[in-house]
Amino acid sequence: MQSFIDGLIASGVFGGLPAEAIYPAMMFLFASIVVFGFVLPLVTITIWLERRVWSRIQSRVGPNRVGPQGVLQGLADGVKNILKEDVVPDAADRPLFVFAPYLLVWGFLATFVVIPFSSALVIADLNVGILYIVAIVALSAVGVLMAGWASNNKWSLLGGIRSAAQVVSYEIPAGLALLPVVLLTGTLSTQGIIQAQGWAPWDWFLFHSPFTFIAAFAFYISALAETNRTPFDIPEAESELVAGFATEYSGFRFALFFLAEWGSLYVTGAIMAVLFLGGWQIPTGWTNNTVVLNIAQLTVFFLKAYFWVFLAMWIRATLPRIRVDQMMSLCWKYLVPLGFVNLVGTAVWMVIWPEGNTFVPYLMVVGTLALLVIFFRRVLYHLRRAKPELYFNPAI
Amino acid sequence: MASSIGQYLKHAKDAAATIFEGMSVTMSHFVRKPYTIQYPDRTAVRVQDTLPLRYRGILEVDLEICTGCLACERACPIDCIVIDAPKDKVTRAMLLSRFDIDIAKCMYCGLCSEVCPTGSIHHTTEFEGADYSLESMIRRFVKDPVLAYKAKKGEETDPLIAPILDRGMEFLAEWAEPVDMKKYKKDQEEAAS
Repeated sequence: MQSFIDGLIASGVFGGLPAEAIYPAMMFLFASIVVFGFVLPLVTITIWLERRVWSRIQSRVGPNRVGPQGVLQGLADGVKNILKEDVVPDAADRPLFVFAPYLLVWGFLATFVVIPFSSALVIADLNVGILYIVAIVALSAVGVLMAGWASNNKWSLLGGIRSAAQVVSYEIPAGLALLPVVLLTGTLSTQGIIQAQGWAPWDWFLFHSPFTFIAAFAFYISALAETNRTPFDIPEAESELVAGFATEYSGFRFALFFLAEWGSLYVTGAIMAVLFLGGWQIPTGWTNNTVVLNIAQLTVFFLKAYFWVFLAMWIRATLPRIRVDQMMSLCWKYLVPLGFVNLVGTAVWMVIWPEGNTFVPYLMVVGTLALLVIFFRRVLYHLRRAKPELYFNPAI
Repeated sequence: MASSIGQYLKHAKDAAATIFEGMSVTMSHFVRKPYTIQYPDRTAVRVQDTLPLRYRGILEVDLEICTGCLACERACPIDCIVIDAPKDKVTRAMLLSRFDIDIAKCMYCGLCSEVCPTGSIHHTTEFEGADYSLESMIRRFVKDPVLAYKAKKGEETDPLIAPILDRGMEFLAEWAEPVDMKKYKKDQEEAAS
């Protein structure tokens, strides 16, 4: 990218401007292209998908008026939110109140830096990638706490404090759950972790050993809690705290909160895909065209990421919100011990089979398939009981 | 100690098993046909057409058979009906110069249509009355003053008025008799198919 900008300067597009001014300006330009061209559509489509999935599970139709099947609903909501008055309460701490949503949005936007969408499409392949994600995601806790405090509202403050407690607690099981993967690969770089896996399910870390399998779900649960998703949405529990830390916000800042919430949902799915599902790995050798290869990798990566996103939506439509003490006991009594068991278990596993067990991954894949078969037999049982009218068409 | 570890593991197992079962229930709902219908433009039949005759929707007046008796104006508990019925100075016949119903005030009690001798004022099945101003909520049925209807001895012979009078009488009969639910349901099924 620097050579590209240097080429532009040499061609004299900017006239006599100093290079020190051009570099930051171009960085801002590229950052805004990434945000408006990629993240905003991604988030609006995720929100639309979530609303449609809920609707179908709740026997409703869902948004289907704006654009084909309602895909542009997010655009309409965004325009509406921007046109609304930006209210700042009189008693609020104005600078903090105004600044808090941006911290939240930074917290998730910055994670896109290390997410590898394909073998070539990664902004920066940091050698501390996973550590960087864990660190930068915690920025959202600061934003939420700041929003809760600055609103000068009891609901907001309670929501902010709950969120801070939750995020700080669940950082620990999340960190412990991704340590087995780091042990196995010996690297923190996201590209390195993907390259250590293969395209086939038995080459994924999800099925590497029982410990990594449990670690995957422990990490997923912790990530749901860190992004304030149901069943861990106690910071914004509608029935208790109105909207939690977002109570006093309106207009564009309110939209930013939702941008951050659904954006971090996608980031969760993407990190799960990177760590446990082999990321963009596809069978090689069928094409020499780099562009085609990267598009195929991008597609595979998005499918894997959206599998976890869909699972989060499905969980949100299924499970009720848990209490604060239940959330804390789940974290400290169950997930943290489980994290240590996984860590030690994986270490022992690596001592016994340094190259990885050749048999267990296949067994794990078969076992998961058997679990899926049992699951769909249960689904069929519920369908037989209710004798409903079936409708498989996603469009309506 | 052993039993407490057993309890601990049982909690974890129960949590996983119940979430598994709950997810299977919601997945079985995911493939069902939505119960809700998309109102108003994607229903098979207009909703107004599926409602029974005695449905108390927005009031309507057939001026051709209004006798100008003012029974409805007197019956109305909230005075949402205003009628001016002066006598023609030359012919001494009764004119209807104003028949306004303020549907913003109307509470759909049906007392007016019950007392109407000809069934001229009656409820329709229309219920979508939303509008942008209070002024437009007032339904003005008289544009130019018209002669009030005079009941004749025996059958109505005017071919224009007879069907309207028949319809009015149908409304009155509907109000006087309880509705036959079996017949109503059958009719509705036919309308739907």
